[in-house]
Amino acid sequence: MPRPGHSDAPSDQATAPQPSGTTQARPQDTLRRAWDSDLAYSFRTSPVALVSGVVALLIILAAVLAPWLAPQNPYSTRDLILMDGFTAPMQPSLLGNVYLLGTDDQGRDVLSAILYGARISLFVGFSAVLFAMVLGITLGLVAGYRGGWVDGLLMRIADVQLTFPSILLALLIFGIARGMIPPAYRETMAIWVLIVAIGLSDWVQYARVVRGATMVEKNKEYVQAARVIGVHPARILTRHILPNVMGPVLVIGTIGLALAIIAEATLSFLGVGVPPTTPSLGTLIRNGQSYLFSGEWWILAFPAAALLALALSVNLLGDWLRDALNPRLR
Amino acid sequence: MTEPLLSVRDLVVEFPTRRGTLRALDRVSFDIEEGEVLGMVGESGAGKSITGAAIIGLIEPPGRIAGGEIWLRGERIDTLPPERMRRIRGKRIGMVFQDPLTSLNPLFTVAEQIIETIRTHLDMGEREARERAIALLDQVGIPAARRRIDDYPHHFSGGMRQRVVIALALAAEPELVIADEPTTALDVSVQAQIIDVLKEMCASRGASVLLITHDMGVIAETADRVAVLYAGRMAEIGHVQGVIQNAEHPYTRGLMGSIPTLTQSADRLVQIPGAMPRLNAIPDGCAFNPRCPQVFNRCRVERPELLDRGNGRRVACWLYDEAGVSGPGETAGERTGSQDG
Amino acid sequence: MLAYILRRILQSVIVMLVVALVAFSLFRFVGDPVSTLVGQEVTIAERETLRDQLGLNDPFPMQFASFIARAAQADFGISYRLQQPVMELILARLPATLELALVSGLFAFFFGVTLGVYTALNRRGWTSSAIMTVSLIGVSLPTFLIGVLLIWVFAVELQWLPSFGRGEVVDLGWWRTGLLTPSGRASLVLPAITLGLYQLTLIMRLVRAEMLEVLRADYIKFARARGLSNRAVHFSHALKNTMVPVITITGLQLGSIIAFSIITETVFQWPGVGALFINSVRTVDVPVMAAYLMLIALIFVVINLIVDLLYFAIDPRLRIDRSAVRH
Repeated sequence: MPRPGHSDAPSDQATAPQPSGTTQARPQDTLRRAWDSDLAYSFRTSPVALVSGVVALLIILAAVLAPWLAPQNPYSTRDLILMDGFTAPMQPSLLGNVYLLGTDDQGRDVLSAILYGARISLFVGFSAVLFAMVLGITLGLVAGYRGGWVDGLLMRIADVQLTFPSILLALLIFGIARGMIPPAYRETMAIWVLIVAIGLSDWVQYARVVRGATMVEKNKEYVQAARVIGVHPARILTRHILPNVMGPVLVIGTIGLALAIIAEATLSFLGVGVPPTTPSLGTLIRNGQSYLFSGEWWILAFPAAALLALALSVNLLGDWLRDALNPRLR
Repeated sequence: MTEPLLSVRDLVVEFPTRRGTLRALDRVSFDIEEGEVLGMVGESGAGKSITGAAIIGLIEPPGRIAGGEIWLRGERIDTLPPERMRRIRGKRIGMVFQDPLTSLNPLFTVAEQIIETIRTHLDMGEREARERAIALLDQVGIPAARRRIDDYPHHFSGGMRQRVVIALALAAEPELVIADEPTTALDVSVQAQIIDVLKEMCASRGASVLLITHDMGVIAETADRVAVLYAGRMAEIGHVQGVIQNAEHPYTRGLMGSIPTLTQSADRLVQIPGAMPRLNAIPDGCAFNPRCPQVFNRCRVERPELLDRGNGRRVACWLYDEAGVSGPGETAGERTGSQDG
Repeated sequence: MLAYILRRILQSVIVMLVVALVAFSLFRFVGDPVSTLVGQEVTIAERETLRDQLGLNDPFPMQFASFIARAAQADFGISYRLQQPVMELILARLPATLELALVSGLFAFFFGVTLGVYTALNRRGWTSSAIMTVSLIGVSLPTFLIGVLLIWVFAVELQWLPSFGRGEVVDLGWWRTGLLTPSGRASLVLPAITLGLYQLTLIMRLVRAEMLEVLRADYIKFARARGLSNRAVHFSHALKNTMVPVITITGLQLGSIIAFSIITETVFQWPGVGALFINSVRTVDVPVMAAYLMLIALIFVVINLIVDLLYFAIDPRLRIDRSAVRH
């Protein structure tokens, strides 16, 4: 037995290959092995995964690079030409300008609006998933490792929360948060409130998976050994147990991203999401809906198509990932 | 010789998989005579259950019969259209599965399940079928059958459920009953009773039985003849007493050695070293050759066919081939003409 | 059995109390109840008297108790926004929501089960793959987008169906129904499909998965070995076993349908409680939010209870196994 002072070496030894499905001990090994073998192979040979991967990547890139890609800045009133309002796609406007996807009532280029909107949608989506992930993993680790009343309480909360649809919870959290924020800050804080609302409504799944795995792992010999030699629980949890659950967490996170994007779009569509000054895809669709009856279909159709492409491709990626990491679920 | 009830000829069953086609059964041939109990033994994966499934026409896709013939009383049944085959199932061939806990639908009463089987195959009214069902339950030894018939399966113990399953298999008076490990899932204390019930029910109706098991003890007490399967191939077949007392195939000998009986001394309790090959890695020649204590060159190259050793015994082993080249000296004594059949 | 039911009811009461606590905290801590009631010009002293009168200075447990007592009598106070009793507002809109939820629930259940069984039985057929692919898109499509697209196609382009409202309604006592007039029924079609489509795909996938699982079961093999017809094996044996878990989950989905109606009602300007709730969230109308929360929780709890009892009725195994807890 090594002395407690040199806890690095023994913990490394203890982490050494633990056969537990596709997700194994050390992250860098796991990634490397996964990339070399099944996962990458499965990705290369699955047309669905390839197509949705490419689509998702393109949309994410386009959103990130929006300020450089977009023909105009849809937020800057200086860029907007009111005279060009309601220009149909690929048709010259009154001033002779041609817009690939047309313009809205204020002459805002729909393509630019989509690029900037996707940026907001993705920002909210990723942040909400990250928030839910961190919260869920932390609570899951604590619940699984400590057990007892902490575990009981957290899991009861999770049970009750799972009974209600997450969109309802998000709405409620959003409403509460709005009520607690002074009206003057509501607009500026809206996007953060949205992220917290979506994230809070979605932590349960991570917590459950992590808790389950923690309860299994904590009784394994290598964890017991680490405990005996006095490794701090936080270190045991992050170094030894966490890597074991990264596979399932990644799957939940990917599918969760699609759900978060949809949730953001839904809330914004309902008029309780991001403020209208920074329109997300949901806000654009909300705006576009009012022009359907007057024939300006493009104001609705292109943002809707963008949202669909984004949600669908991320969803399909998540499905593929779940199947690839866990063939038993097929 | 009269025509056998069931005749299986060179049966081949294959399962296509991503890594190539697996041969679960490879040219298996045997007959079952009228009123006879044929025991079929072998390790798990040797192809016993697949033989049963093939006969009753219920091989799970993508598995399929890739060759050979199955004849039931002179009628070829492996090529029948599905609907014709369905009418044979239950009516002419009954089947008893391994686990009585899962063989019965938990959401239907015993009465519903027996009556539906009877009425599928026999032209009977509800009332008549019910009386027949009660009589059947009575015969398989369910106490107070008239009262208990409307109970759900979970009200019965494992042994009682297997009795119900036997009653179901025999509900339409089949000529052949395939019993696939009928006692494996049961308590040791009731295994003998269930075998007795099965044997008696079939004997009183003159039905033949294909008794699939890995328990040589059950075979010894129940079967008239025994067939030994190894890696999807027939190793040996013959009368039970003969095979038990004088097993000829080295694998059968090992199999006999692995069961303790009163007639054999304890020092014969030997284990066969190694394990049965997986279906995707069957060696050339005799499938048993890597584990065989008496292996010689020919076994590694050429696959042995079933050789008739007389008295109904047939063995697939080069040790008994008189034309065989360079045996290891220990060639068996008496042998009779070797025809194929 | 009785003990089991009693325990389930007790659990339900506890859940309701927890939700009530949340709802009460909403009341108490989100915004200042006094300043929402009175104007800026009221003095601090007057505010204090008002606080006393409203019981806002009582100890927390007492305030909570009186909240529960009032909630039990369906008294949730006055809406900040509409200045009407909250319960009146909700009751006036409840029939619209319940009719919508029920119709879309039936729609989802009927087509979900039918398509699920079809795709399970014809697993390798191309129609099944097509249905499965479409359902995957259906799951990824946000509800509001389905609604908007349906409006575009059927109300704007084809002009077959109305795009908003309930059409003509008939009063049956306090229940105002749209099911009895042609325009009321026509108005229901698009919202019901919008609301039901997601549940339909869920039910379909569930039925398919369960059915495939059941078809692999030993008792199905045994049923085939007994020579039962495909019809009997599939629709009598397999379907019955499939439906046990499906009914539970479908029942629970009914609650989600009512919750999801928030979105559909907004898209189609359907005058139900969901639209009321979303407006109260926008304007932080706390009494309405609290009441809606309690209402939804009550509906969920009642549905859960009914589904549990239904389970007993369908699955004979549970009837003897009194203490069986399925979680």
